[in-house]
Amino acid sequence: MSSTLRPGEPTLTTAAAASGGGASEVVEELTASDALVAETFSEYVGGWWKRVRAGQSGILPVLAGLVLLVIIFQVLNSNFLTAANLTNLMTQGAPYILLGMAEVFVLLLGEIDLSIGYVAGISATVTLELAAYPNPEPWWVAILAGLAAAAFLGLVQGTLITRLGLPSFVVTLGGLLGFEGLMLFLLENNSVASGGTVGITNNILTDIVNGNLDPTVGWITMIAVVAIAGLLFWRRDFLRRRAGLAAPPAVLTYLKIAAMAVAGVIVVWICNTNRGRISVLEGVPWVVPIALVILVGWSFLLGRTRYGRYIYAIGGNAEAARRAGISLGRIRTIAFILTSLTAGAAGIVYASQLGSISNGMDGGTLVLDAVAAAVIGGTSLFGGRGKMLHALVGGIIIAAIANGMGLLGLSAAAQYMITALVLVAAVTVDALSRKGATATR
Amino acid sequence: MTTDAMQGARSASAARAPGGASAPATPVSEPLLQLRAINKSFGSVRALSDITLEVPAGQVTALVGDNGAGKSTLIKAIAGIAPPDHGEMYWKGKPVRIHTPRDASALGIATVFQDLALCDNLDIVQNLYLGREKLRVRTLDENTMELGAKQALADLSVVTVRSIRQLVASLSGGQRQAVAVAKAVMGHAELVIMDEPTAALGVTQTAQVLALIKRLAERGIAVLVISHNLRDVFEVADRIAVLYLGRLAGEGPISQFDTQNTVEMITTGTATPRSAADSAAPTPSDAKDH
Repeated sequence: MSSTLRPGEPTLTTAAAASGGGASEVVEELTASDALVAETFSEYVGGWWKRVRAGQSGILPVLAGLVLLVIIFQVLNSNFLTAANLTNLMTQGAPYILLGMAEVFVLLLGEIDLSIGYVAGISATVTLELAAYPNPEPWWVAILAGLAAAAFLGLVQGTLITRLGLPSFVVTLGGLLGFEGLMLFLLENNSVASGGTVGITNNILTDIVNGNLDPTVGWITMIAVVAIAGLLFWRRDFLRRRAGLAAPPAVLTYLKIAAMAVAGVIVVWICNTNRGRISVLEGVPWVVPIALVILVGWSFLLGRTRYGRYIYAIGGNAEAARRAGISLGRIRTIAFILTSLTAGAAGIVYASQLGSISNGMDGGTLVLDAVAAAVIGGTSLFGGRGKMLHALVGGIIIAAIANGMGLLGLSAAAQYMITALVLVAAVTVDALSRKGATATR
Repeated sequence: MTTDAMQGARSASAARAPGGASAPATPVSEPLLQLRAINKSFGSVRALSDITLEVPAGQVTALVGDNGAGKSTLIKAIAGIAPPDHGEMYWKGKPVRIHTPRDASALGIATVFQDLALCDNLDIVQNLYLGREKLRVRTLDENTMELGAKQALADLSVVTVRSIRQLVASLSGGQRQAVAVAKAVMGHAELVIMDEPTAALGVTQTAQVLALIKRLAERGIAVLVISHNLRDVFEVADRIAVLYLGRLAGEGPISQFDTQNTVEMITTGTATPRSAADSAAPTPSDAKDH
């Protein structure tokens, strides 16, 4: 569903138009021969392969890795590819995906935010305490308050980092420690939290992860989403052709729409399969469309708005961005706010999944998983390269590893080590592709 | 003949019309940019002392000098990055103050620095429109920008890139320079300052960039080029200004210079041995003939 225009995205690297009245000789030369200038499908595939070798590989190699992982787990334990487990996997992966998306904003700037685990914890604590008996606020008030608290923490950190020029690593390391303290304080000094734990008493909050869409509603939603997305894809190509610009081959657009439809059908079909042992349990968990909406919203922000463009520019060359008149401090501060805001949403989802939030929450591990999710998906730690979609794929991979290892009965020790191997492999690919990218210059 | 003679020739030509030989299309009575008695000190070091210089429209003015002569300081003063301590600047005959890069770009002065200031992770279109993106309903209007970028590169007509949607990281040095220049010119610049545009470029790419510079001047844009490479300077420049230890050692139309006296001036600050070349070089008489 990423219909956004961004560097490295295959559809964009097509060439200047062959048509276009009044095209000078130079424009003709622009269109001349190369794999980047793809009007037919085979040319396009050739150009794609060239870019993979040049270090602009895109998301497909990561997806291939995920497929490999799934095959291994399925071979080792046939329960892996059951509807119940896969639905479970989606809800388990949601916090990683959301935290990964949160981290993408700052990673694109070449910064890092180590505090988001406990920002998520504080957001969840605020939400749950406000929604708790004996004086429960409405669920939406509680959620808004939790998100506002998270955004405020982002504002504080972002201001320190940009206005005082402090390194984000150190400031957010302070956040990692300080916000854990703040979370403990909130859990200890509130009557609704007993023994350092506050449970969920609101049905809506529980249902974020544990509630399901009606199967029919799930199908209708999926069809509507695919139809709208397909229409937008088609419209973009149509407008490009009308403007005299080269558009990707139509076959490719149809293939993309078809792939999206197939993915949608598979997801809804899996979720709509009855996975209950005693009573009927079926339908798409609410968290799936929620995460999808956030994914699409943030992808739109990064790919289609001026703000998103400036994030990429600053991550690529901050000095160039400054000379172009971009206000670095403002863009950076807002990025830290968005990171914390998204982390806040992740925290509420996490609490909904657990049914409570407690002082035992390990925000340190969560943040490392979040960075790992973004990086495994293909977002660069060095800034300027990455997208929201990476966090989705990376988050699913992290969740799949945890889930698969759990099914195999492997110890936590093995889980950590294998997650580490995947992470190091992903960073290695990133570093090698950077080398490839500079070598082509 | 000494520097005095040369300065005399310069002031004579300045009195007539700054347009000089190769800019008949610009009938302006005063040069686009005039610097008068520009001074700049860093602590006790006088980086620029009493620089008086004219930059006419439609011509390429080369700024040459050894390391530490003050070339970079001078262009930073013009670009508003490091304003001078005192001195006056006139833009189209009117006194102006350039304190920030914004002031400079508001006047129509664009600077292409040696590091080019391009974002490697963005494509050509995105780089060209960085900071002035076209919007439609608050979202980026990619198609309009792509068409505009194509036009801008076509106008310069020396660039050969495969696709304007390729990342700047994948471009050659000459292509990057072209993109940086296109970016500068797209802001409707009237004066383009280029810092060492041919440094670190191969033969073909250097030729491309020099052609690009000439083309800018043909379009009526004033170009101020810093270069160490005298061969490039003599190929492309209409006027030369030599800096020596922060002062202007000599300045005038290219016809008054040859490699030998320019090197002398760069290294010693004066051109005493110019008298030896006097008989051979057509310079002074040439200047009078015009």
